[in-house]
Amino acid sequence: MALGFETLAFIWAGLIAFAVLVYVILDGFDLGIGILFPMARSESDRDLMMNTVAPVWDGNETWLVLGGGGLFAVFPLAYAVVMPALYMPITLMLLALIFRGVSFEYRWRTRRWKRVWDHAFFGGSTVAAFCQGVALGALVQGITVTGRAYGGGWFDWLTPFSILTGFAVVIGYALLGATWLVLKTVGDIQEQMRGYARWLGAGTLALIGVVSLITPFLVPVYFDRWFNLPGSLWTMGVPILMLALVWSFFSGLRDGKDLQPFLSALGFFVVSFVGIGISFYPMIVPPSLTIWQAAAPAKSLGFALVGAVVLVPVILAYTAYAYWVFRGKIDPSQGYH
Amino acid sequence: MLEGFSAETLARFQFAFVVSFHILFPAFSIGLASYLAVLNALWLKKRDETYLRLFNYWKKIFAVVFGMGVVSGIVMSYQFGTNWSVFSDRAGPVIGPLMAYEVLSAFFLEAGFLGIMLFGREKVGEKLHMFATAMVAVGTLGSAFWILAVNSWMQTPQGYAIAENGQFVPEDWMAIIFNPSFPYRLVHMVLAAYLTTAFVVAAVHALHLLRDRTDGDSRRAFSMAMWMAVLVTPVQIFVGDEHGINTLQYQPVKVAAMEGYFDREGDNQPLALFGIPNAETGRLDYAVEVPYLGSLILTRSLNGQIQGLNEFPRAEWPPLVIVFFSFRIMVAIGFAMLGLGLWAAWARWKGRLYDQPWLLRAALVMGPSGFIAVLAGWITTEVGRQPYTIYGLMRTAESLAPVEAPAVATSLLAFIVVYFFVFGAGTFYVLRLMNARPGAPRPDLHDGPVRGAVIGPVTQHTSKAGH
Repeated sequence: MALGFETLAFIWAGLIAFAVLVYVILDGFDLGIGILFPMARSESDRDLMMNTVAPVWDGNETWLVLGGGGLFAVFPLAYAVVMPALYMPITLMLLALIFRGVSFEYRWRTRRWKRVWDHAFFGGSTVAAFCQGVALGALVQGITVTGRAYGGGWFDWLTPFSILTGFAVVIGYALLGATWLVLKTVGDIQEQMRGYARWLGAGTLALIGVVSLITPFLVPVYFDRWFNLPGSLWTMGVPILMLALVWSFFSGLRDGKDLQPFLSALGFFVVSFVGIGISFYPMIVPPSLTIWQAAAPAKSLGFALVGAVVLVPVILAYTAYAYWVFRGKIDPSQGYH
Repeated sequence: MLEGFSAETLARFQFAFVVSFHILFPAFSIGLASYLAVLNALWLKKRDETYLRLFNYWKKIFAVVFGMGVVSGIVMSYQFGTNWSVFSDRAGPVIGPLMAYEVLSAFFLEAGFLGIMLFGREKVGEKLHMFATAMVAVGTLGSAFWILAVNSWMQTPQGYAIAENGQFVPEDWMAIIFNPSFPYRLVHMVLAAYLTTAFVVAAVHALHLLRDRTDGDSRRAFSMAMWMAVLVTPVQIFVGDEHGINTLQYQPVKVAAMEGYFDREGDNQPLALFGIPNAETGRLDYAVEVPYLGSLILTRSLNGQIQGLNEFPRAEWPPLVIVFFSFRIMVAIGFAMLGLGLWAAWARWKGRLYDQPWLLRAALVMGPSGFIAVLAGWITTEVGRQPYTIYGLMRTAESLAPVEAPAVATSLLAFIVVYFFVFGAGTFYVLRLMNARPGAPRPDLHDGPVRGAVIGPVTQHTSKAGH
């Protein structure tokens, strides 16, 4: 293995971040559709909304397994510290994802209980999104580490900040869902979603703004990262990029574009994610563990990297192919189920 | 209601609960994915609509079962961290990358091609659809490969070193993956999944044949399943026996517990057909034994000697009664499967495979047998390797996360309630799908135009194939 331990750990931190980001944007719009489910005006609209993601949701959710499994593989200490710290939100998220996941199949298998699984789809998606936001907030505000283990209590994650990030992710995912539906549908439902997208976009940006303003004051390192020269010259790129996306988002909606609002909304997530990355680096579990402290030995990193280098491009290729197969506006008469 | 239990007991119970539920789905979907690939290939090759109808019939059942498997599997990938984080930290460098390979090589393959397999026949054409179907099957097998490599390494660890910080670190990846018990465990599990599916398929179509013995689709499927039963069960019994010999070499305490051996019986080790292991007195109560058979099976000679439990410290004993009985349940089901396979072969030879009601009824009753055998087998091997998570090196008690008992109790109760509700409903839907005859539409369900839409392009393809 030509690469040293430091480089390997750095590459892996990037890969895990990439997996989490891909998860957030892909499952983000799936979950968003669940969050918007009660807004549908008819059963056929609900069928349509679900069918826009039915062929791809399973692949999308697999990125979550890669995020969790990958963390276990290459940063076992981070995994071992974070999971007990986020015990309740993670468990609740998993339970919610169970309801959300089975609804895709169950609601087509029954008439009497179809509404039950509609509610399960909405509730599961919303709670899963909220828990992911709470988990993010809890990680950002910092996790107590004692020795090689989590050192806090089982309710440390619950703070006003983590509740705020929970709401932010719910609203943000709903935005992704609404813009995805603008992309995939036509007619009344598209107009309806375009209307929602405006408000959800404004709400998402407001919440991103509030979270961004609070974050630098949570952990001193974050503050230095953002407000000390010369580094802050670089970090200024983040808000500038965000402003460009905001313009692109609202002008896309105004001009009746189909794809532009969706891509811009994805951009909000990507830029926010980069922002979190700037705050964290080189920590993986703030404020205590750096990526090098948490990383597995070089032999584990190298072995896993060979698989990732070969397989991640292949995965991206056939994921893109699956999206390509089911591309374009969804035909209401062509339900997949 | 769970006060008084330690976090460790609750975490053990939680893991046992979620993993036992989970294993039922792969046990079925590994076999069913391969069966679907075979049905689709036969349809493309022979252009006999029977295969297409069977494919579409089992495809729907697969979709529901696979969905349940995915969501229960995601829970598993987080259990290690939430409840067993000390284990995760120490074993992560060795088993983590294997799990990452499972996700990268298998999960994505299944999930990426599942949509095309379920919904994409018209969109991508027959050839690519066949490819997608095959990839789903390959994915399920790949998943079994990696997860059994992990489990087997924990049973027969090798190729590692122990670092200063207490972590197990890899020395030789080939030795880690191809550890001594892995080949046996992998083959045993994959065959178990195939048999589980074969007996479910047999039971469903036996039901339809009992209602209407002229049902051509059910005849075909029942026949295929009974070929599997008679051909694969003997292989499985042979593999299981070899696996047992391997276990005797690496985990003799487990075998002693499985067989209820407390003392070395000189040169005549009997085989206990029944008994109740009594850890207090160190004897097998109410034993019904066949002399010499234990020696013969485990050492391949009439006079071979086998170590008894009393030769090991009690702190190394697994829970005896569970291991003893779960092993016997698994073996008994294996022989019942063989019996049904032979009965069907005889009926087939007589030309009466489809019109012996008692054979069909027996097949119906045996429908869930594979699930019970798989569970019993896993309980044997997992309870049998206690008190260790990594055999001989790390105890289960040392593996626990720093979690508080109320947290584990709350999540345990939540898992129990949700699993019984969600998977109970799913099982009900699967049974209802199975209760419908292949090719019979259910007019009361809005089922989408899949079936209608598939027939259209398919007839076109048939005419093309005729050119």
